[in-house]
Amino acid sequence: MAEARLETGDLLATRPAGRGLWADAWARLRRNRAAVGSAILLGAIALASIVGPEVAPHGYDAISWDQVGVAPDLAGGYYFGTDDNGRDMFARTLFAGRVSLTIGLAATLVSLAIGVAWGAAAGYLGGRVDAAMMRFVDILYAMPFLFFVILLMVYFGRDPLLMFVALGAVSWLDMARIVRGQTLSLKRREFIEAAVAAGTRRRAIITRHIVPNCLGPVIVYATLTVPQIILLESFLSFLGLGVQEPMTSWGVLISEGARQVETAWWQLIFPSLFLATTLFCLNFIGDGLRDALDPKDR
Amino acid sequence: MLGYTIRRMAGAVPTLFLVIVVSFFMMRLAPGGPFDKERVAPPEIRANLERVYHLDEPLWRQFLRYLGDVAQGDFGPSFKYKDFSVTQLIWQGFPVSLQLGGAAIVLAAVLGIVLGALAALNQNRPLDVAVMAGAMTGIAIPNFVLAPLLTLVLGVYLSWLPVGGWGDGGLRQAFLPVVALALPQVAYVARLARGSMIEVLGSNYIRTARAKGLPEHLTVARHALKGALLPVVSYLGPATAAIITGSVVIEQIFGIPGIGRYFVQGALNRDYTLVMGTVIFYGALIILANLIVDLVYGLLDPKVRYD
Repeated sequence: MAEARLETGDLLATRPAGRGLWADAWARLRRNRAAVGSAILLGAIALASIVGPEVAPHGYDAISWDQVGVAPDLAGGYYFGTDDNGRDMFARTLFAGRVSLTIGLAATLVSLAIGVAWGAAAGYLGGRVDAAMMRFVDILYAMPFLFFVILLMVYFGRDPLLMFVALGAVSWLDMARIVRGQTLSLKRREFIEAAVAAGTRRRAIITRHIVPNCLGPVIVYATLTVPQIILLESFLSFLGLGVQEPMTSWGVLISEGARQVETAWWQLIFPSLFLATTLFCLNFIGDGLRDALDPKDR
Repeated sequence: MLGYTIRRMAGAVPTLFLVIVVSFFMMRLAPGGPFDKERVAPPEIRANLERVYHLDEPLWRQFLRYLGDVAQGDFGPSFKYKDFSVTQLIWQGFPVSLQLGGAAIVLAAVLGIVLGALAALNQNRPLDVAVMAGAMTGIAIPNFVLAPLLTLVLGVYLSWLPVGGWGDGGLRQAFLPVVALALPQVAYVARLARGSMIEVLGSNYIRTARAKGLPEHLTVARHALKGALLPVVSYLGPATAAIITGSVVIEQIFGIPGIGRYFVQGALNRDYTLVMGTVIFYGALIILANLIVDLVYGLLDPKVRYD
């Protein structure tokens, strides 16, 4: 910690002006080795997921009945082996990454939108509206949410679009609480008073002044929401209630691998490795961002 | 204390009610009725069927009827398991799920607290680093990955333990599922216990205990541990919810005949009443667990007021 302070001091000495919150946070984040390493690794996984399925020697859904259950074989182009339908696990794992990461990001955006709007509105409007809105959040908090997502999938069919909207719609509660807390402390500040005095409309105050100033904690929490959603998605897909064939995700692959665990370890190991690494990295990046952006730490 | 208990219980009622409302109306909003997939029946038979199941009544009346039935512990007939009511299926699976989940909760709490306390007492030494690294791994690896991996190593390669089934829930059969279910929670509890233990160890009353010459092990056992337990106790509510959710997967992987398996089968077969019944049952369990945790917390922490 002493070292860190010293460096901050040095930076200040060389660049006396223009070091705002974001430059400060960026400098702190860059010094966090776990976070930087995780970001690089995650970037590599994301890049491989985007490019990999296109350049892999075999298509992710190409079935070859003469190559069923092949162990990892570098010469044959089956780097991760094949599954029970003779499909290339390398292409499938990377393609699954594309699906899992996309759902994680998209559902996080949904939860972000609902949570920020709800929290900022409750916090800024205050009084009875706030009490009612947060009481609603409290009640929802006690509900077995994952089961509702499953109910949705059962009743309305297993549509990927519905799935990520549902996952996003059940994970906004923490975000709403965090944003409300921030809003409560922000709305007493002078610049909000100034905006009110200048006759700014309430909606504009919330969207232009409150929300941008909550961005730090929101980014931190959103980063930590992505792994949670990827986990939920894998959980659903593992049970056969999520992503459906011919699409695939890490959860689907792990569930297929788990069934073949006695004969074909590679079907379980590679998707598990990718999923666990991704979750690891996202958690480390989230922790790093929290250390870098958390206002309590200053 | 009694007033507090009653108020807490009254607070749980709207939540449970909401669970029932959401499950019920979500099902009714779903496209397709329960008899759509049967052979196309003549309108008279269809009308008869609908009368038997009260589907011809207005929606609010159906809901009140369902609510009344649920209040009496009747979740209606299962659509797919003919001759079984949902209540029967749930009571068939519950003892097994309770053993599995109960063992996992106890293991998570005990092992988590011990590991967390040991880590805190050896802060920044190798043991601490090892426990925390293990906890990070436990949190990042979901139990549906952990369970097959454990099976692969302990069941398949080493052949120490059976890879599936439950039998009569003996230790050998139960070991893998319970451990796979508990480990992620062990990780969370250990992290929590370590954090609060470190905080407590730095507090004034511990310094006093040490200053008056109390041996270190007594300081820890009598004074520090109690303070460090509070956050762990309040985490047991969410932990129960996580264990219940996890047991759905674990029962599926190991082929254990508990509620979780009926739930997944029901979901895959679109057995609406079964899925609804299990969701409401799980909801009630989670609410009950949170209630118990609140009450226990109130007993342990003198700062909680009952007014």
